[in-house]
Amino acid sequence: MIRLEHVTKSFHGRRAVDAVSLTMHPGEIFGIVGPDGAGKTTVMRLIAGLLRADKGNITVLGSQNIENVKDSLGYVPQKFSLYGDLTVLENIRVVGALYGRSDADLMHKATEVLAFTKLLPFAHRLADHLSGGMKQKLALAAGLMHQPKLFLLDEPTTGVDPVSRREFWQMLYQLNHTGTTIVVSTPYMDEAELCSRIAFMHSGRVVACASPRELTASYPYKLVEVQTTDRRVKSCLTGLVRDVNVFGDKLHLSLEDAASVLPAIRERLMAAGFGNIPLREVPPTLEDIFVAMAGEVG
Amino acid sequence: MRRLRALLLKEFIQMKRDRLTFAMMVGLPIIQLLVFGFAINTDVKHLSTVVFDQSLQQESRDLLGAFTASEYFDIKYTARSYQEVADIIEQGKAKVGIIIPPDFSDSIKHSRSAAVQVIVDASDSMAASSAISTAQLIGQLKSEEILVKKLQAAGAQKPARPYDIRIRPWYNPDLVSAFYMVPGILGIILTMTMVMITSMAIVRERERGTLEQLIVTPLKSYELMLGKIIPYIFVGYIQATLALAVGIVVFDLPMQGSLALLYGLTTLFIVASLALGILISTVTRTQMQAMQLSFFIFLPSILLSGFMFPREAMPDFFRMIGYLLPLTYYLEIMRGIVLKGVGVSFLWTQILALCVFITVMLTVSILKFQKRLV
Ligand SMILES: Nc1ncnc2c1ncn2[C@@H]1O[C@H](COP(=O)(O)OP(=O)(O)OP(=O)(O)O)[C@@H](O)[C@H]1O
Ligand SMILES: [Mg+2]
Repeated sequence: MIRLEHVTKSFHGRRAVDAVSLTMHPGEIFGIVGPDGAGKTTVMRLIAGLLRADKGNITVLGSQNIENVKDSLGYVPQKFSLYGDLTVLENIRVVGALYGRSDADLMHKATEVLAFTKLLPFAHRLADHLSGGMKQKLALAAGLMHQPKLFLLDEPTTGVDPVSRREFWQMLYQLNHTGTTIVVSTPYMDEAELCSRIAFMHSGRVVACASPRELTASYPYKLVEVQTTDRRVKSCLTGLVRDVNVFGDKLHLSLEDAASVLPAIRERLMAAGFGNIPLREVPPTLEDIFVAMAGEVG
Repeated sequence: MRRLRALLLKEFIQMKRDRLTFAMMVGLPIIQLLVFGFAINTDVKHLSTVVFDQSLQQESRDLLGAFTASEYFDIKYTARSYQEVADIIEQGKAKVGIIIPPDFSDSIKHSRSAAVQVIVDASDSMAASSAISTAQLIGQLKSEEILVKKLQAAGAQKPARPYDIRIRPWYNPDLVSAFYMVPGILGIILTMTMVMITSMAIVRERERGTLEQLIVTPLKSYELMLGKIIPYIFVGYIQATLALAVGIVVFDLPMQGSLALLYGLTTLFIVASLALGILISTVTRTQMQAMQLSFFIFLPSILLSGFMFPREAMPDFFRMIGYLLPLTYYLEIMRGIVLKGVGVSFLWTQILALCVFITVMLTVSILKFQKRLV
């Protein structure tokens, strides 16, 4: 469906995307995951043909020339890119017509798409007057007007409240069930778990690409969760653990081997006066894995 | 076709919602025409004048009467010394000083030359030159009148003038500058608004980020350009119509030629200006840059097109630059149709020039515009 081969893109001499090779298959929900500035948007724009790669090949839907496949490609930019001075309905009708839909067809499809995104009650509201989450739904709706086979969404849920995010993902799943291939970028690990495959990006490079299950299975260390945020815990454990990371109100200790080190950890904590803090071994989450990988690549 | 229609629909809705801009596009031509039309009045009449009449006789009153009757001089001050005349002119209260010597009547009666001094504040060269030529003319006429009277008194027949040169200003017989200015101002207004609006058109979408959504669609570059041009042709029509109406109603502009031809060729000029704006919009990256580049076009348009200064008097280099401006051709067209009433057969060169201009601008824009960001 999409194939990137050694794709490189620099801005002012800085590599935003560095020799990226990726393959996305039909029917997937493919996630491009990474922190701010990792190069997610740049990859999305390269795929959508909005930027030209400095090096490498990009094949989308079997074609190297994006103009040939634009009819089958939907794209929702990270930044809201519809017209604030047009209403919801006007916006999606204009986009639909830009994809060549006939007038009769337009109204029918627009109603369907607005119903799907639950925007029907707001059809006549100016886009400028929508909340952030509704704007993203509108962008999604606009992208659906031509029923694309391949749908690219760049950080569609950044800055959107948790309820709307969940709704948004439900819509993506529904679309995926009806046969749309989805490529979505996100900085959120909980969303990464929802993808069928993910590529983890860090400073322009893909450091891992696999399904969430494969990634968690490949984690070579043991994890112990400590129910504290006290920073002194970290210093009193030096030498025993490979790494300590803060996860909300907990600490995750990454260990070479839990069975042998755990008693020593308890001893140290006891000695330092943290004896009553609960410890337990937990399976790794994607976040643990990405933190570990980001640490390895610097 | 559907894509172009969608784009046009969008542009018209946006135009409708942006009331302020629309009001400006409509109000601007009326206000500018009134301001320019009244302010840039190149016929300088009613110059404030100070008189120091030391003779105070029938003859001097007669001469001053001739000055007033010409309508070029309004005698507003009477001075009692040479110094007072100088002061009044110095203070800018008067532009012209007329000084009549004490022996004025005597000189005339005894057939000696009577010297009348006319002082002109030449810092305003336009006013000065019309004052000077009128004063000279009055002097000549008055001398002639007195000579003829004397000859007749001596029993001679009224002699025929040896030369009789009659100048007849065609096309604008009363030399009303508004007639000449109104078509020019219309051209300037159209240039300014048309170039400015379209120069913003594409960069604005780029700056707001909406271009990102537009260029992932199958929209073609030429469709985007047309979508940005066509709506403003209508705005241009409204402006041209308002400006012409003001010209005819307020300034009594004569409409000699065919109105249909005028509108047809105005369309050509509007499209040329829009195409120029589109080119600016494709080569710039921000609205600020586009604005600056537009201003860079306005200045030569005003100075070198023949709007302000006659092109015949320009050095070759600047006249050549004038040939690159659509306004140059449009002024020739407008003045031709409005003042001379010429038909299309006299305007082929200008029409051809505008067509070439449009083709070049649009081709370069379409080639230059990449359906990409950055
Ligand atoms: N148009 C551009 N001009 C210059 N630099 C750019 C441009 N677009 C991106 N970059 C740079 O490239 C790098 C990658 O940016 P990109 O937007 O792809 O990251 P991202 O993963 O989408 O981050 P974010 O979560 O902030 O959206 C950043 O350092 C950014 O500053
Ligand atoms: Mg981004």
